[in-house]
Amino acid sequence: MSKQTKLPIGIDSKKISGELFTLTYGALVAELLRDLESPAEVNRQLDKMGYNIGLRIADDLLAKNAQIGRCTDMHQVADVLAKVALRTYLGVSAQVTAWSAANDEFSLLIEPNPLTEFVEVPPELAQELRYSQMICGAIRGALQMLHIEVQTVIVSDVNQNTEIRVKFIRILQESVPPGEEY
Amino acid sequence: MQRIGSNKQVGILDKSLSRGKSEMNLSSFALLFAEMVRFANNRSNSIGDLQDKLAAYGKFVGSRLLDVIVLREKGYRRETKLLNMLMFVKSNVWKNLFNKEADKLERSNDDPCQYLLIEKEPIVNTYISVPKDKGSLNCASFIAGIVEAILEV
Repeated sequence: MSKQTKLPIGIDSKKISGELFTLTYGALVAELLRDLESPAEVNRQLDKMGYNIGLRIADDLLAKNAQIGRCTDMHQVADVLAKVALRTYLGVSAQVTAWSAANDEFSLLIEPNPLTEFVEVPPELAQELRYSQMICGAIRGALQMLHIEVQTVIVSDVNQNTEIRVKFIRILQESVPPGEEY
Repeated sequence: MQRIGSNKQVGILDKSLSRGKSEMNLSSFALLFAEMVRFANNRSNSIGDLQDKLAAYGKFVGSRLLDVIVLREKGYRRETKLLNMLMFVKSNVWKNLFNKEADKLERSNDDPCQYLLIEKEPIVNTYISVPKDKGSLNCASFIAGIVEAILEV
């Protein structure tokens, strides 16, 4: 590559107002609530969007943080998620708590959750709507890119600390599409 | 509203307003915005439609942002003169959104009612690649929506 690419260099240092981000996310959720029939459907859509974001964010994260090595167990994965990934992309760090006995399941406590600043979910929606579902989708998507299949569920959300439960399912085996060998 | 006397959680209006110095990674915003454009694109028939949707998102943001900025930086005193308000958008609002002032504010020569607010590199356009068949699509309509809502109120 001799020609200089127009990609903004040093993008990782670029910042944008947190409020713009929060409000934009709010606009999206509000639009989804108007557009789709049920809160459950909104959750599904948020999860899907998060998943798409996660697929791309994994590359971004690994490209910019060369010090992250290969994770060999879920403790390391949890550490990277809580200390690097969430800090980089949401600006907050999370606590890892509530490990299961088999060490395959943990909770991420995000506090304060930047997505829910300014947010009050009306009581009739509070039962069903998972406001921060997008984070779940993003974690799932990003780990899938690294061949780790997980299940992510929001335990608590707006009005309390956001708690996300991550459960390890299996390692995805590399499967090369026919005709595309290395 | 069961706020008075209820000992549940505090409502959002009872919390104190944050100082608003929080910053967010640009990649997160770019990816979020890209997903929004994709969603809006799937649900609209024409480019105009899509731009309207983006502007509607912007309005949602703008109308809320105005209150926050006015309260925080102006002691809840609103501008009533047109030019002052436009200057307010150019400097305060832009600084809050993008950490810099807008590039230029001009008044149109032909039409005294027309002003132009010029931004050379709108952040929302940087990361969206526009397909050829949608040549006239401009994602800055999102920002236009923000400005519109702010001036409307």
